[in-house]
Amino acid sequence: MEGTDISWWSVLIAVIGGAIRVSTPYLFVSLGETITEKSGRVNLGLEGVLVMGAMSGYATAVLTGEPWLGVLVAGCAGALLSLVHALVCNLPRVNDIAVGIALFIFGTGLAFFLGKPFINPSAPRLPDIDLGWWSASPQVQSALKINMLFVIGFVLALGLAWALKTTRWGLVLRTVGDSEEAAQALGYNIARVRTLGTVAGGFLSGVGGSYLSLYYPGTWNEGLSSGQGLMAVALVIFARWDPIRCFYASLLFGGATALGPALQTVGITANYYLYGAAPYFLTLALLIYSSSPKRALEGAPGEVSINR
Amino acid sequence: MPPPGLLNSLEAVTINVAAFLITMALFGVYVASLGHNPLDVYYVLWLGSFARQISVESTLTNAAPLMLTALCTAIPARAGLLVIGGEGALVVGGVATVLAGVALSGAPFLLGVAVMALAGALAGGLWIGFAGALRQYRGVNETISTLLLNYIAIAVMYHLITGPIRDWDRVLKTSSWSIPQELRVGPLPFIDVHWGLATGVVICLILWIIMRRTTFGFGVDILGGNPRAAQMAGLPINRMVVLCCFIGGAGAGLAGSFEVMAVHGFASESLAVGFGYAGILVAFLSRQNPAAIIVLAILLGGVTASGGLLQRRFDLPDATTQVLQGVLFLVVLASNAAYGRLSLFQPAAWRTT
Repeated sequence: MEGTDISWWSVLIAVIGGAIRVSTPYLFVSLGETITEKSGRVNLGLEGVLVMGAMSGYATAVLTGEPWLGVLVAGCAGALLSLVHALVCNLPRVNDIAVGIALFIFGTGLAFFLGKPFINPSAPRLPDIDLGWWSASPQVQSALKINMLFVIGFVLALGLAWALKTTRWGLVLRTVGDSEEAAQALGYNIARVRTLGTVAGGFLSGVGGSYLSLYYPGTWNEGLSSGQGLMAVALVIFARWDPIRCFYASLLFGGATALGPALQTVGITANYYLYGAAPYFLTLALLIYSSSPKRALEGAPGEVSINR
Repeated sequence: MPPPGLLNSLEAVTINVAAFLITMALFGVYVASLGHNPLDVYYVLWLGSFARQISVESTLTNAAPLMLTALCTAIPARAGLLVIGGEGALVVGGVATVLAGVALSGAPFLLGVAVMALAGALAGGLWIGFAGALRQYRGVNETISTLLLNYIAIAVMYHLITGPIRDWDRVLKTSSWSIPQELRVGPLPFIDVHWGLATGVVICLILWIIMRRTTFGFGVDILGGNPRAAQMAGLPINRMVVLCCFIGGAGAGLAGSFEVMAVHGFASESLAVGFGYAGILVAFLSRQNPAAIIVLAILLGGVTASGGLLQRRFDLPDATTQVLQGVLFLVVLASNAAYGRLSLFQPAAWRTT
């Protein structure tokens, strides 16, 4: 019995460590999508943006040897790709969700196309921060190796929550997202605010992609992202468009994603693919749980089409 | 004055052709920036898709599943939903077909094929119908739920083909059991394309008639145009939405059936190669019209078919066709803004003369 106790502990530690390690891309994409959706648009193409960010960040790190430059370039590539989404959606009678699907196909295609030469060379990784020094257990130590981007993401979530609530910029964004008529009456340029919101969201998603290729799993290949960008969009709904809740939800999703590999480390390999699908099941279950046919979700921007 | 219906169709054809030409121009600039002559690339696209009998056959073989997966987006879209679960419905349809086929070994050919096709269609229909029911009765956004169902379907298929229904004798490729050889569907007469193409064409035409000529189709269009009006008119909205999702999902499930019965003979990763996602593009190109789907699925099938030749001739990565599809999709969506802007197609322009 002793033995099984220990292995369950190590699964738990591996899941917690995995949650911290895996959650960062979810966090960045969901924060980015929160900004975009607060402006009244849905960008479903963030999966494509994420993959594009992963590719361009990795390529930059290979070519220059500077992983942090890779992060910056990944953000810019994401912003550029999202600008396409914003500009197409600024045209009349264009469905933003459909444009998102197109961007998803286009972005992943472009990333695979341009990233082909970078599958083999290895890039320098982003550095760790060691928070597990106090523990003698190597498992705890490895679980508490935290990446700087995770910390930045956490600070960003706090900052974004504050900015949306108290700054003039946040108020303008929320007004445009909640009621086009009100924003128009106040003289705001709706298209410009939404363009900026989409581009900012794309920048963050691109950064999230660079985490995939430059830290964990830390390589570039065509199977790198398995829908994290899409799940992050669902995660925003679950988090009720609140940056702080995005942070908790990202941890939860990260833990679910880490479940399969964690069980594998203790020798449970049966049903590997089903455990691998845990985040999708979790997302769907949470959506079913938190949605309601009778009312719009609390905290939802009024102009967001995903809500009507 | 030409009838307004004809004007609308001409407008759609003109805008789509323009969108296609713009896409080709953009793609030409793109390949030129990579150092290839765009004219050579266009020629190879033509060569690989429609120029020779063998390329036409390959085009049509790709077009068959695209017709059916396009329905998965198009039919629910007429009721106002954006369903993108064609990939998952195709996969569950394929798996259900394998299970039915294995259970039916020894059955007469027509019965066996009919039951397998029904199993695939039913599985796909229930899969997407579930998403429709979630949307109507629980308020779950159907775009996101169908997307998640794609990933779940693929994970379930991998689970099954790596364990419970794995064919351990096939060493080189992880796959499920095979359906009995005598239940495999062969090619059409005169042309080496499987029967899925004929089935796809017939189903698209039937749905076109249903959508245009029946009370049900009329009701669905009211619902898609104005849900509140449909509610006022007392239409059974919930049942209609779930039924539209079921029909669309059944189409994609049937695509999976034919991929198993006519192409592969078993379920494997080759089922999830993107027919579901390309079907979304076909549905949007055809403006959710089942008859137009037939033509546009053939066009997109041509793009897919020429991908291999394009790769070999110019040493381009296999993602090239995906880039081309993505650009085409973006341009077509952007071209929605042009509807109603070209005065030639407005009845008013003809009235004054």
